[in-house]
Amino acid sequence: MKTALTRTSGAVTSDEVERMRVVENLNLALHEVLAADPRARLLGEDLLDPYGGAFKATRGLSTAFPAQVITTPISESAITGVGAGLALCGDTAIVEIMFSDFVTLAFDQIVNFAAKSVSMYGSRVPMRLIVRLPTGGGRGYGPTHSQSLQKHFIGVPGLDVYEMSPLHDNRAVFTRMIASQRPCVFFEDKILYTKRMHQIDDLFTWDLTDGLARVHVDAPPDCVIIAPGGVTHRAMAAMRRLLIEQEIICTLLVPSRLHPVDVAPLVAAVRGAKSVVVAEESTAGGTWGAEVAHVLHRELWGVLRNPVALAHSADSIIPTASHLERAVLLTETTIHDTVLESLK
Amino acid sequence: MTTDLDRLLLIRHFERALLDLFARGELNGTTHTCLGQEIVPVALAPLLGPDDHIFSNHRGHGHYLARFDDPAGLLAEIMGREGAVCGGVGGSQHILRDKYLSTGIQGESLPVASGVALHLRGSGALACAYIGDGTWGEGSVYESLNLAGLWGLPLLVVVEHNGIAQTTPTELAMSGNIGTRCAAFGVRHIALPTDDISEIRAVLTPLISSVRLGAPLVVEFAVNRLGPHSKGDDTRSGVSSLRDWYRDMSGDPGFAEADGRALELVDSVVRDVKARPLSGWDR
Repeated sequence: MKTALTRTSGAVTSDEVERMRVVENLNLALHEVLAADPRARLLGEDLLDPYGGAFKATRGLSTAFPAQVITTPISESAITGVGAGLALCGDTAIVEIMFSDFVTLAFDQIVNFAAKSVSMYGSRVPMRLIVRLPTGGGRGYGPTHSQSLQKHFIGVPGLDVYEMSPLHDNRAVFTRMIASQRPCVFFEDKILYTKRMHQIDDLFTWDLTDGLARVHVDAPPDCVIIAPGGVTHRAMAAMRRLLIEQEIICTLLVPSRLHPVDVAPLVAAVRGAKSVVVAEESTAGGTWGAEVAHVLHRELWGVLRNPVALAHSADSIIPTASHLERAVLLTETTIHDTVLESLK
Repeated sequence: MTTDLDRLLLIRHFERALLDLFARGELNGTTHTCLGQEIVPVALAPLLGPDDHIFSNHRGHGHYLARFDDPAGLLAEIMGREGAVCGGVGGSQHILRDKYLSTGIQGESLPVASGVALHLRGSGALACAYIGDGTWGEGSVYESLNLAGLWGLPLLVVVEHNGIAQTTPTELAMSGNIGTRCAAFGVRHIALPTDDISEIRAVLTPLISSVRLGAPLVVEFAVNRLGPHSKGDDTRSGVSSLRDWYRDMSGDPGFAEADGRALELVDSVVRDVKARPLSGWDR
């Protein structure tokens, strides 16, 4: 894979971003964070060149910034705590957990230390800590290397949950997360790494307003689909089928920050639609989508024609064999069928 | 000028006053007193500078009072009154002031202290984390010792080994011992009694200087926990016969006068803080 990572200076044009793979765009964002702030640190397992991280998001960075990129032992709790300690001292710290499944080992540091420290000492403590979480299935890695654990971080006071998206330039997302001075978890769909930025089905156009990306046709939608970045391509594929086969018009909304939910733009965008579907790869139960649905029901009770519908993976561990994995994970078909059902 | 004896007695009477307030139903929640362990932070106080970070724990009133001459701010924090260090939000075990931080989860502070030590490395300042013998059941301790040794962090771990974790004696919780565990990580360890403040300082002064240069150190103090874990939950017998510096020193010249002064100070702090309005919090 060609990367943009040896770049040392010069602005990147929007055309260049379009040609990048998402992982290259992420790498560029990390590069810019480290270049802009010599005190910013990146920590994680197996980050050093020539390997450059399990998913190559950090390729080139240890060569370009040897003092700022720190390879660590297999100690998710400690490295997340180290990141929190650096953040406590005013530094920006970015921690990579090799697979998001392993973040359970750092749950205490994130939930009970970093997130709480923002407010539990009576006054706001700025904490520029970003925990990067390669996430999701579809690669046959099996039950402990394929999960989407976003839902476990929804509603933690002081913690922001973001997800990587092909429609959001990671440079802007990282700038936003750092500027927030709040600890953030950043979920990165592992399939999405290999896709191109801003790659949109030619049936649709897209725009981006205040962190909310919108993929649409030039007509009022029957259904609005709300999905995190990792589901973008599956949602677009479902939208294409629905439009061509059934003349059902959908709009897709992709927020960059999943939680806290930015209510107003969602409410404005779904008003008038016949149905709303929230699609995510999480397994069933206690999902982000349930939180979004609750917010929309509260705001639009009596306006919505149908309850907000949820599309997600099955209530199951994620199996390894690809035919079994496909049967469990959220697919284009899951979204397609949920949209149809929601319009009945 | 505040002497070591004054500080010891302030902490002793502060903790006694808390138990008394609890008994009278005037405190909310819970608290963990450091009765019997006062010597450790008092001995360390002059060895730690204003640029050093201190990480305290659930049993941290002595650590705070040895660092800051602020019993009123601490009591206001515990009672949720105006003038509280953290607005009454954190309470007894969650305090942040300047470079002093306490948090209530066992072992959680060591990775954070390691991160702070990484930030400080090369500056001459250090991160000091107080933990107990019970804390050694947590995996984060070992992850942090590994990093401290590996990265040459200016990390000072102070273990107040009081032989009991809540109600569980160490022998039911620890295989082997702390010294050999440190040795396994290539981290220096020293065990010290808490009989003599001057002796503690004499031994630790050169060792702490080397911590500042990036050689982490674990100091294990043998102490007695003379009070309950929190309040009224002591399942031990024979606590009153445990060695107590307060009893040992009570015949020393000047002790009675210093004791009276400390008691009076704490009494006046209690009266003052109780009369204050409730603390406010702008979330």
